[in-house]
Amino acid sequence: MTPLRTLFAAALFTAAAAHAAPLKTDLAKSSVSATFKQMNVPVEAKFKTFSAQIDYDAAKPDASKAAVDINTASMDLGDPEYNREVAKKEWFNTAQFPKATFVSTSIRPAGADKLNVAGKLTIKGKTADVSFPLTVKTAGKQQVFEGQLPIKRLAFNIGEGEWKDTSMVADEVVIKFRVTAGQ
Amino acid sequence: MQRYSSVAIALHWLIAVLIIATFTLGLVMTDIPGLTPTKLRYFSWHKWAGVTVLALAALRLLWRLRSRPPAYPAHMPAWQRTVAHSLHGLLYVLMFAVPLSGYFYSLAAGVPVVYFGLFPLPTLIEADAALKSTLGALHYWLNMLLAALVAIHVLAAFKHLLLDRDGVMQRMLPFSR
Repeated sequence: MTPLRTLFAAALFTAAAAHAAPLKTDLAKSSVSATFKQMNVPVEAKFKTFSAQIDYDAAKPDASKAAVDINTASMDLGDPEYNREVAKKEWFNTAQFPKATFVSTSIRPAGADKLNVAGKLTIKGKTADVSFPLTVKTAGKQQVFEGQLPIKRLAFNIGEGEWKDTSMVADEVVIKFRVTAGQ
Repeated sequence: MQRYSSVAIALHWLIAVLIIATFTLGLVMTDIPGLTPTKLRYFSWHKWAGVTVLALAALRLLWRLRSRPPAYPAHMPAWQRTVAHSLHGLLYVLMFAVPLSGYFYSLAAGVPVVYFGLFPLPTLIEADAALKSTLGALHYWLNMLLAALVAIHVLAAFKHLLLDRDGVMQRMLPFSR
């Protein structure tokens, strides 16, 4: 084996070892929603279609990775007419930006059953660095990752024109998620 | 002829004005297509007004139980008294049923009511799509029934004023001549 090949093989091996095992997401037991205040009334909208990839090994939490893809057109406000409206240009512009994504850049343990997650959140073509705490609980053979992340909708141009008025729809939106995954 | 108490008169007209305004706003807001800030604002106002009607209706019922309304003129036939009592009873029922059906409709739609944007009112039921459409239809038809009964109520009052000339309508007018 040439030294270069040895190095290459070693690099491959380290890369594989550094990766925690990818888990299989159980979508039936997972959810992603956005809660916002409309004239001070809390309203929760669920995203019906999303996918999540989590690489997590409790023994090596630092090697964890997470990626979530959300289908923006799947937002459900509980009314078909409103769902069509929020797909439009002023809101999610789902035709041009069908997906909102989150990709972790670092995951660090933060005490028992807790992780601090940092990553990049992209909505409507705008990317922002975000960080949030995450709890991990074991349920049978699966792990439940749960957390919430407050964002400012205007930072992502969600609600343009007359909808910029935050007395109508507040700027703060809390994204709540629960991802259940297992081997 | 003896008039209603001033509390009864005040509550009657206050509720009447609020019901007409809330009903009209309900028709206007549901006619706005799509989603606009005006539409959302009207929905909130409609709910605040409806909750106010409900609260005033509760006060009015308490007052009605404490203070008897003035008697009808002696010449009024028994069947007319029966019809008048039934109509008034139904209007009382609807003063509660209409706002309550709207309140639960909003809850079933997953939208709690925050009175004047300040006071969150109890979320008594979970969001439920099937219940939402049932309550939506119920709220609509209770309103249509209310509109029909109010129309009969107004026509009857004018019949007393213009045909019978028996002072029955004057018992409820805010200012006596």
